[in-house]
Amino acid sequence: MFQNLSDRLESALKVVKGENKLTEINVATSIKEIRRALVDADVNYKIAKDFTDRVKDKALGSENVLKAVSPGQLMVKIVSDELTDLMGGQAAGLNLTGNPTVILIAGLQGSGKTTFSGKLAHWLKTTKKKNPVLVACDVYRPAAMDQLTVVAEQVGAKIYKEPENKNPVQIALKGIQFAQENKCDVVIVDTAGRLAVDEEMMKEIADIKNAILPQETLFVVDSMTGQDAVNTAQAFNETINFDGVVLTKLDGDTRGGAALSVKYTVGKPIKFVSSGEKMDTLDVFYPDRMAQRILGMGDILSFVEKAQNQFDEKLAKDLERKIMRNKFDYNDFMAQINQIKKMGDLKSLMGMVPGMSKITQDLEIDDKAFVKVEAIIQSMTPKERANPDLLNMSRKTRIAKGCGRTLNDVNLFIKQFEEMSKMMHKMSKMPGFSGGGGQMPGGRSRFGKR
Amino acid sequence: MSFFGKLFGKKEKEDLDKGLEKTKDNFFNKLSRAVAGKASVDEEVLDNLEELLISSDVGLDTTVKIIERIEGRVARDKYLGAEELNFILRDEIVQLLSENNTVSLSGYETPSDVKPFILLVVGVNGVGKTTTIGKLAHQFTKMGKKVVLGAGDTFRAAAVDQLKIWSERVGCDFYSKGMNTDPAAVAYETVNYAIANNCDIAIIDTAGRLHTKTGLMQELSKIKRSVSKRLETAPHEVLLVLDATTGQNAIEQAKHFTEATDVSALALTKLDGTAKGGVAIGISDQFKIPIKYIGVGEGIDQLQPFDKQTFVETLFEQ
Repeated sequence: MFQNLSDRLESALKVVKGENKLTEINVATSIKEIRRALVDADVNYKIAKDFTDRVKDKALGSENVLKAVSPGQLMVKIVSDELTDLMGGQAAGLNLTGNPTVILIAGLQGSGKTTFSGKLAHWLKTTKKKNPVLVACDVYRPAAMDQLTVVAEQVGAKIYKEPENKNPVQIALKGIQFAQENKCDVVIVDTAGRLAVDEEMMKEIADIKNAILPQETLFVVDSMTGQDAVNTAQAFNETINFDGVVLTKLDGDTRGGAALSVKYTVGKPIKFVSSGEKMDTLDVFYPDRMAQRILGMGDILSFVEKAQNQFDEKLAKDLERKIMRNKFDYNDFMAQINQIKKMGDLKSLMGMVPGMSKITQDLEIDDKAFVKVEAIIQSMTPKERANPDLLNMSRKTRIAKGCGRTLNDVNLFIKQFEEMSKMMHKMSKMPGFSGGGGQMPGGRSRFGKR
Repeated sequence: MSFFGKLFGKKEKEDLDKGLEKTKDNFFNKLSRAVAGKASVDEEVLDNLEELLISSDVGLDTTVKIIERIEGRVARDKYLGAEELNFILRDEIVQLLSENNTVSLSGYETPSDVKPFILLVVGVNGVGKTTTIGKLAHQFTKMGKKVVLGAGDTFRAAAVDQLKIWSERVGCDFYSKGMNTDPAAVAYETVNYAIANNCDIAIIDTAGRLHTKTGLMQELSKIKRSVSKRLETAPHEVLLVLDATTGQNAIEQAKHFTEATDVSALALTKLDGTAKGGVAIGISDQFKIPIKYIGVGEGIDQLQPFDKQTFVETLFEQ
């Protein structure tokens, strides 16, 4: 895939030999790289251009300020700060003051409205202690109502639907009435997907909005959307003046530049990001993380947060010390596996680490992969686990028998383990291993040479 | 005049005009503006061209490629008139689209010596796989073919129902084992059904999946294998459905789906929602897989065979 922006900038800035500060010339080269990186990430071309002009001014203005940092790093920092700024400051909440609160969901076909509606209901139930009802207003797509029904069942929310009625305005109004009668405090109105150029359908969504007067109107966007995101967002905004944006399918490998395009064009906050098909995979939006994702810098903050939630601080510190001293053994490895398993889907986790998204893409990782490894380690004696060097042929043969694997499997694993611990040791000595954008749990940089 | 308006015959065109009249300028108009008032191709023209290509979703790599070729030409010929740019650009695009000229089946023809013809449909979530299947089934049925739809999306809520409704609408056969069943088994049995019931064509639906999910991609490979198990030559076509509003991620999608299932044809949906046919050019350049169908509207008739000749002509018509 594409290089990450930091690499690109470093090489772009090397063009001018011997430069150790930002100048008119090397900024111009890197500006082009930044623009291309943004466009690669599906940021609208015009917006990317606008944005890079701003960065240029900033970069030239900041001359001599930070002499310690390399121009490449400084450039990345400026870009990342500007982008975060542009993506909006604080995460915006939902207005839930209505009685009942009415939330209207709109968007293109296949953007993920129905799935999001379900997730939102789940989120409202679990974090806001609400009793939501889902209202099925997609009267066009075959089985759309059935889909919402199933989703409602999954999250344990009520559903209001009228299979015979082809008038979404009526259904929506009756849905609100239903909520009042059934003591539901939030009404989520799921609508049919529509194209911004379809005048008739756009009028319909406007009619629905005018009839039900929702407290919140949310516009659902597929994070993989390309250059057209701007036009779509604009058209929807003109028609229904939505309050917030929902970004879906972020579990893919898209950079999600559409998020920036939408935010820049209509200036409405992104309220939720959604990834995965399970109902509990809805997150509040963090501008800085999205900025880094667009830049291909990895979502290190989310990663760290996830890690911090799950990681045992002390264990992590011990581990780091061991890595530094090149004393990583099978017990640590086992502990690592258990930690990681607690954190959830391994691949998406790895993808959050800067530079790792490229590696994990072609890597076969699933949680079952650990089963083999665990069996092998569990077939070692405690002494062997603590001293990886101990493993000779006779021990390996015994281990293979013990775990029901071939000697080859065992050898392969040991080799991988050794390589990994070597790599970890090397990485731990790299400047910026635990500094830079995010802090690894308990992280400290450079211990110097052993 | 819309970008796609001229892509189709009279009848089809009328179908489309309504939905398309709102789309903005066509490619040529934009191009004219890019070179307006210029006697020769200079830095500014190239910049404008870059913007035009990128904002049409052609993609960065392909855009850079085209720009570089034109730059090379300017450097060689020393002088390049702005109006020549039009021809060169057209040249480049024709070349890009012709490089994958492997299949030239017109319309909805399937090879006459293959029966049943097994078509496996794959793609990420929400691109319009089921709808595309419904529309294809409609065309095949209209041609007098006996079609069966296999409900291989056993995961997404109500996906089986959705396909069933399509089969009723179209008036073709339908095979399902219900929700939450093994999709590979459904695929196998659908082929079985097609053979036993003398069907001409079997179209197998699959659940939408993001190409980054290794497990799900492996499931797809398995589905394909189980089809081959029942009928060695099958599937005869693996159709990857791409959403035309998708940006550069479409390239990644094509790459990963091809790895998992040897995609042999592409369908580009929701082209009516965007003025950007450019994505067709980008994909053709990056992948040598032919685009076979384009979705240009919600109507059951609005899935069209893709004709690159007409496509390019439309692009540059004044």
